[in-house]
Amino acid sequence: MTASAAADLAIDSRGLTKRFRTQTAVDSIDLAVPRGSVFGFLGPNGSGKTTTIRMLLGLITPSDGEIRVLGERMPDKLRNVLPRVGALVEGPAFYPFLTGRANLHRFDTADRHASRRTRPERVNAALERVGLTNAASKKAGAYSLGMKQRLGIANALLSPRDLLVLDEPTNGLDPQGTREVRNLVHSFAAEGTTVFVSSHLLAEVEQMCTHAAIMSAGSIVAQGSLDELRGAGESHVRVQTPDASTAESVLARFGLLPALTSPNEAHPEVSALLPPSTELDPDRLLPALLEAGVRVRGYGIEEASLEERFVALTGEGFDVRS
Amino acid sequence: MSVPDTTVARRSSPGLDLLGSELSVLFSRRRTWAMLAAVALIPILLAVAVRLTASELDPGEGPPFLDRVTQNGLFVSFTATVVAIPLFLPLTIGVVAGDTIAGEAGLGTLRYLLVSPAGRLRLLLVKFAGAAAFCLAATLTLLVVGSLIGALLFPVGPVTLLSGETIGVAESVWRSLLVAAYVTVSLLGLCAIGLFISTLTSVPVGAMAATVLLSVVSQILGALPQLEWLHPWLFTQHWLGFAGLLSQPADLSEFGTNALMQLGYIAVFFALAYGRFATKDVLS
Repeated sequence: MTASAAADLAIDSRGLTKRFRTQTAVDSIDLAVPRGSVFGFLGPNGSGKTTTIRMLLGLITPSDGEIRVLGERMPDKLRNVLPRVGALVEGPAFYPFLTGRANLHRFDTADRHASRRTRPERVNAALERVGLTNAASKKAGAYSLGMKQRLGIANALLSPRDLLVLDEPTNGLDPQGTREVRNLVHSFAAEGTTVFVSSHLLAEVEQMCTHAAIMSAGSIVAQGSLDELRGAGESHVRVQTPDASTAESVLARFGLLPALTSPNEAHPEVSALLPPSTELDPDRLLPALLEAGVRVRGYGIEEASLEERFVALTGEGFDVRS
Repeated sequence: MSVPDTTVARRSSPGLDLLGSELSVLFSRRRTWAMLAAVALIPILLAVAVRLTASELDPGEGPPFLDRVTQNGLFVSFTATVVAIPLFLPLTIGVVAGDTIAGEAGLGTLRYLLVSPAGRLRLLLVKFAGAAAFCLAATLTLLVVGSLIGALLFPVGPVTLLSGETIGVAESVWRSLLVAAYVTVSLLGLCAIGLFISTLTSVPVGAMAATVLLSVVSQILGALPQLEWLHPWLFTQHWLGFAGLLSQPADLSEFGTNALMQLGYIAVFFALAYGRFATKDVLS
């Protein structure tokens, strides 16, 4: 990688490794998070995401490898870097006996670059942004999980940030809260902030992110823009029709290998993998089907979801690595 | 792709705000006030018990100064201090000092303080200062509540010192403050020990118990004549040695020895705490 390309990375790790006594939690990973991207850090529970995030933020020392965050070496330049980074790490944590607002004041005093004069203003702005203004005077101990999560995000927004590291930001949120977080992330990105979001939920990453890395058992198994990750050509054509056999023969004429994917007699569905080559123009399929007299009730060309890729790379099981 | 401006001028301050925040968090906790209230109960119970008991004590009977309480209410705070030093004060200090880092780790707030970034050395200094402030608050509670309840229930007047001389009320206030300062300083070594233990765990109760336990063990060792060679090195050795402050003129030599010893304990255990905490993996 050239020097200028490296300078465009908000997070850049080389051979980053963390060994605990008996196991290697993170095994020589090379993260490359472009500035301005919304970067999804995807992996099953226990795959080493949070350990990596702790290393990025200087909470734990790497066993090996190096990290640059916003162009500066961590953890050596921690004091220069961290004021420009907002973080939510492994769930929110607060003093239950303090109000939401008092909690944010407390954390803000820990940053010696944060001005006392603007503190009340900045705290209120952060609370407002996550929709907690009305609950700001309640004790944090009385907050619901979703409110705590919002307060945790507000804590990451106390100062203008160049990078936001959000570890599982939608954990414990209801669908509406999840959508709000997604909108927030989009608005941060629109302001030019790089957002690094970890998640074990694929759909979430697909909806929020421009780039992603997939972790499995401590290693990065794939990394790049979402389009690169999906892999070109892994899309399907799907036809819902009562004339399944006619549809199959039409699709076969284009060199596809159609199959009856819905066994439901009332709504049969035929689908086929589209080849990665550009020889076939998918737009020719529907007219051909109609011409052959196929009664098309539903039709679509679906790109492969990241889920298929994810499962292919990380396995489908629920087993936590020992 | 827009690259955010990262060259925004950031003013650096000495960061005293964190100390202010630490003190306000410490003294806004119900637990802190409950402990100070319990400390305040000692002189109150003591004074009420003495007032309700008709029989005069023989000189020297009961805890030191107890026999003088009926003659002069100002002695209530001295007696209460002597009663509180061996166990009660170390218990409350153990709770506060043991909680310093382990408590933050247990709540999970430690990671957010460090990511802010608080700076590990700065956080330790602030935490130690907070624990020291609690020591002062506890000893002042004994002094103020003891003097108030003493003045309420007993006559107040010139104080007859241990050496036989008599000093006026104003002078006795100074001597009381001197005793409070002595006791506060006495407890700082224990604070540093608690701070160190607190960096070893994320279970605050464990750190609290271990700190209190050490103060008890040290006092037991200090009571064994067979271990006399060890006594000059025990941080509890001078805890009750403020009698010199109540003679005329005030004898400050033990104050000096004690302060030096506590400084040594602070230096050693703060260094250990920093050595442990500076490179510690924060996994909580």
